[in-house]
Amino acid sequence: MSKTREVLLNPIFNDNPIALQILGICSALAVTSNLYVTLIMCVALTSVVSLSNLFVSIIRHHIPTNVRMIIQMTIVASLVILVDELLKAYDYESSKTLSVFVGLIITNCIVMGRAEGFAMQNSPWPSFLDGLGNGIGYSLILIIVATIREFFGSGSLFGYEILVLVQNGGWYPGNNFALLPLSSFFIIGVFIWLLRSWKTGQIEEPEYRIARNNLETKEVKPRI
Amino acid sequence: MNKNDTLLKTLFVGISVCLFCSIIISTAAVELRGLQQQNKLKDQQSKILSSAGLLTNKTSVSELFSSIEEKIINLETGEYEDSLDPNTFNGRLFESQDYSKDLTTSIVLSSKKVLTSKTRENFAKIYFYKEGGQIKAIVLPVRGLGLWGTLYGYLAIEPDLETIIGLEYHTHKETPGLGAEVDNPRWKSLWKGKKIYSQSGEVKISVIKGLVDPDSSEADYQIDGLSGATITSTGVSNMLSFWLGDLGYGKFLKKLKKELEEKEIFNV
Repeated sequence: MSKTREVLLNPIFNDNPIALQILGICSALAVTSNLYVTLIMCVALTSVVSLSNLFVSIIRHHIPTNVRMIIQMTIVASLVILVDELLKAYDYESSKTLSVFVGLIITNCIVMGRAEGFAMQNSPWPSFLDGLGNGIGYSLILIIVATIREFFGSGSLFGYEILVLVQNGGWYPGNNFALLPLSSFFIIGVFIWLLRSWKTGQIEEPEYRIARNNLETKEVKPRI
Repeated sequence: MNKNDTLLKTLFVGISVCLFCSIIISTAAVELRGLQQQNKLKDQQSKILSSAGLLTNKTSVSELFSSIEEKIINLETGEYEDSLDPNTFNGRLFESQDYSKDLTTSIVLSSKKVLTSKTRENFAKIYFYKEGGQIKAIVLPVRGLGLWGTLYGYLAIEPDLETIIGLEYHTHKETPGLGAEVDNPRWKSLWKGKKIYSQSGEVKISVIKGLVDPDSSEADYQIDGLSGATITSTGVSNMLSFWLGDLGYGKFLKKLKKELEEKEIFNV
């Protein structure tokens, strides 16, 4: 695999920001009850993370070390406000549903993590691709979670009814648990489990092992 | 020391990044403001129309809205407040909040069950839908606490001032699938034809727990509860009894009713 492809595609399965780096979980819980809104969020985050990587990388040789985080933050925050304004102007309905979560992209750890971890050390083009790849990796998980949640919770996908709900005179009693944010924890958990059984290299070393009970196995030395 | 870390360079980089970003953001904000306000207005107008059952896909919102007459009323006296112009009356998203801060234009409430503020403003902007000079529907803005925050919406009533046409919320923070089912078209359709006031003139309409028994004598005053959203359901009930009672539009509605009845006598 060439270097560019590696930078772009690695974050999707091999180094997924949510599944392996465990970054950006909060918005994965909050905005995934409806597939359309989730897609808007994914586009917003992907554009913010790739553009912030690009701009941080362009000025990386001039950023003073002491204030580098603040400079990165200023760039990220400006991009987020820009996205929010655009959304309010061109897709008012979903900006109403997303409300604060667009603004909260600023605090999404993926954005800062990539700016600090990658863009500060690499040239603009790979940084942009790295942002794009991480955005896609994030989007992949969000879309999986949202599909499962909207399908089981509301019986629909993109708002189109597939299983007719009891509320609307059908037969399917919507799963209220799937509509609550915490169901995403379970879905993300299962996803991480599946991913790690496929790519066993991602399994972390256990930090602590409980010692075997050695009273029975060891020979007890007689005290003299 | 690295040449980037000198005081001068730090200040220079910081200031230029900030300047650059702020120029871009302010340009975007100014450029897009027109579109955003149009969206907001259109959203509210479409909710007003849809609460009165007037929204169709064929005609545009602004065209339909031109047949709506806006009026400012004084909730304390129940009279029209002609000194205030409906076009300039608080063009912000939530109707008439500014007046609740001034004690001369508001009253103090004893409980905070419905409104988060301690006071209620005296002025409200309401909407008449007329056909050939006859009132066909009256739309009243309502707001009140749900589970996560205030729900803002519009209640449309028939010209008999007792029958509901529809209830539509334009802003709320309720849980999707539970409290947010206030937006469910099927639930909203339950409101049509429900009665507000009992024989003695009390606000009787309420959202009950469970399903309404259609054979019961109370069925005209009851709406099916939202399952899994008791607090939102109670919030909707509280909000309606507040706004339709004497603290809300009650005084105005009584006066209007008298007026309309007198007109009727003259016409006959």
